[in-house]
Amino acid sequence: MTIKGKAYIAGIYEHPTRHAPDKSTAQLHAEVAKGAIEDAGLTKADIDGYFCAGDAPGGVMPMVDYLGLKVRHFDSTDTGGCSYLVHLGHAAEAIAAGKCSIALVTLAGKPRTGAMPPRSAGAEADFELAYGATTHNVYGMCAMRHMHDYGTTSEQLAWIKVAASHHAQYNPHAMLKEVVTVEDVLNSPMISDPLHRMDCCVVTDGGGAMIVTTPEIAKSLKKPLVRLIGHGEAMKGPRGGKDLDLTYSAGVWSGPRAFEEAGITPKDIKYASIYDSFTITVLMQLEDIGFCRKGEGGKFVADGNLISGVGKLPFNTDGGGLCSNHPVNRGGMTKILEAVRQLRGEAHPKVQVPNCDLAIAHGTGGLLGVRHAASTCILERV
Amino acid sequence: MAEAKKYPAPQGNPESAAFWEAAKQGKFMIKRCTACGEPHYFPRSICPFCFSDKTVWEESSGEATIYTFSLMRKSPTGPFAIAYVTLKEGPSLQTNIVDCDIDKLKIGQKVKLVWKPTEGAPLPFFTVA
Repeated sequence: MTIKGKAYIAGIYEHPTRHAPDKSTAQLHAEVAKGAIEDAGLTKADIDGYFCAGDAPGGVMPMVDYLGLKVRHFDSTDTGGCSYLVHLGHAAEAIAAGKCSIALVTLAGKPRTGAMPPRSAGAEADFELAYGATTHNVYGMCAMRHMHDYGTTSEQLAWIKVAASHHAQYNPHAMLKEVVTVEDVLNSPMISDPLHRMDCCVVTDGGGAMIVTTPEIAKSLKKPLVRLIGHGEAMKGPRGGKDLDLTYSAGVWSGPRAFEEAGITPKDIKYASIYDSFTITVLMQLEDIGFCRKGEGGKFVADGNLISGVGKLPFNTDGGGLCSNHPVNRGGMTKILEAVRQLRGEAHPKVQVPNCDLAIAHGTGGLLGVRHAASTCILERV
Repeated sequence: MAEAKKYPAPQGNPESAAFWEAAKQGKFMIKRCTACGEPHYFPRSICPFCFSDKTVWEESSGEATIYTFSLMRKSPTGPFAIAYVTLKEGPSLQTNIVDCDIDKLKIGQKVKLVWKPTEGAPLPFFTVA
C-alpha cells in the first residue's frame, strides 16, 4: 500500500494579512478556506473531508459547524507546526481509502494581536514546567550542542536568514522585506544563546488552507497538477533521559520514509520548503532528511547555497517564517503553499525555480529539543 | 535573581507521590527497571524501555554534567540558564543551572543537585560542582 500519486493539491490560499486585530480566529479560518476552495474552482458543498489542528477554536466540531461543512471524514491531529504536513499525508490516506474525495485543511490564528494560550503539558509537567522552557531557549540548547559537536558557527546559521531575506524582498506580503547580511544577524540582540533575534522567525497573525483531492477530480479542474508522491511522519522525545542527543530530530525517520515512498533521493529535489522557526531548525532538518551529512549543515547553508538562482538548493522562496509569515507560530502550512506555487510556476519570477517538477515540504512541530514530531511531504508536478 | 524567583509547587499524582515525599527529605530519586536494568527520569511506574512494571525507586547521587544549555535573555525575571544535565547514573533531564555565574557555563562541566523551595515540595535544580 502506498499513497504515491493518489492525492493532488488542487487549491491553495495564504492569507495576505500579518496582523489582524479586527478579525476573529474562526473568521480567519473561514477566509482561508474560502480562498482555497475558490483557487481550486470548487464550492463549499464539494468538501467532504476536513482537517484542522490545535489552532482551530474549540477543535474540529465547532469548526465544522461554524464553516457549515457536511463532512464524512475528519482529523484533528495536532503536532504543532507540522500538523498540516501530517494532515496532507493523512488526507492522502483517507482519499486513497475512499473515505473522502475533497478534503479541506485550514490553519489560522492571531499571536501578533495577543498572547497564545500556553501549550498543555503531559505527564512531565511537574518535572519540567518550572524550568522555563520556551521555543527560544530550547532551540538555543539544540544549537549550542550542535556547535559543540560539529563546530557549527553563528555565521553559518546567519546565512539561512540571509537567504530567506533575499527571497522576502520580492514578496509584497512579507512582514520583513529588507535584505540582511550575516553581520546584521550577528549584531542583532542575543535572545537565547547562541540564537540572535534574527535567528528567530516572525510572529504573525494570519493563516492558510489547501484542498486535497483525487487524481480524477484534480484533472477535471483548471489548476496545474501537483500531487503527493511520498509522505513520512515521526516523533522523538527524551524518552526517560537515555542517550539524549539534541543534534538530530525525528526528521531522520520521516525524511527517509517519504523519499522511499516517492522513489527519489534528495538530489532529485529542485525546491525545498523547510520549516524555519529558527535558523538552527533549518540546518538540522537539512541534515536529518538527507541533503547533507550530519554535522555538515553549516557548510551546506553557507555562502548563499539556499538562495534561489545562486545556490544549489533554493529554499523558502516566499521568505519563509524567518521573514514573511509564521501564522499562529505554526509553519507547516506555508511550507506546503510555497512548494505548490513553485511546482505550479506561480512563485515570484525573481525566485521561481526553472522547470521545478519535484519539491519537498518538511517541518517539525512541538519543541525540537524536547518532544516533537516531524513530517515530510514530497510533491511532484504532473 | 534566582533566590527571588518563585517556582510553582508540584501538583503531584499517585504515580509521582513517592518522588515528592523523598524530595521533602532532600532525597533525589530516579527509577530503575529491575527487568532490563535501565534507569530513567522522570519517574514512570512502567519502564519506558522494556515496558516491565518491575520499576523501583533509587536515590541519585545528584552528580551530573552539563549536556547542553542556553542563557535565556528574554525573561521578565532576568536571564537564566536552562540546561539538560546527564546524571552519573545515566539519565539526562531538563533543569536550570542556578546560584553561579551563568556566563561561564560550559558543556561537559560538572554540576550538583540543589533544592529550591516552593509552596509544596521542593524542586531539583543544579549548580556548578
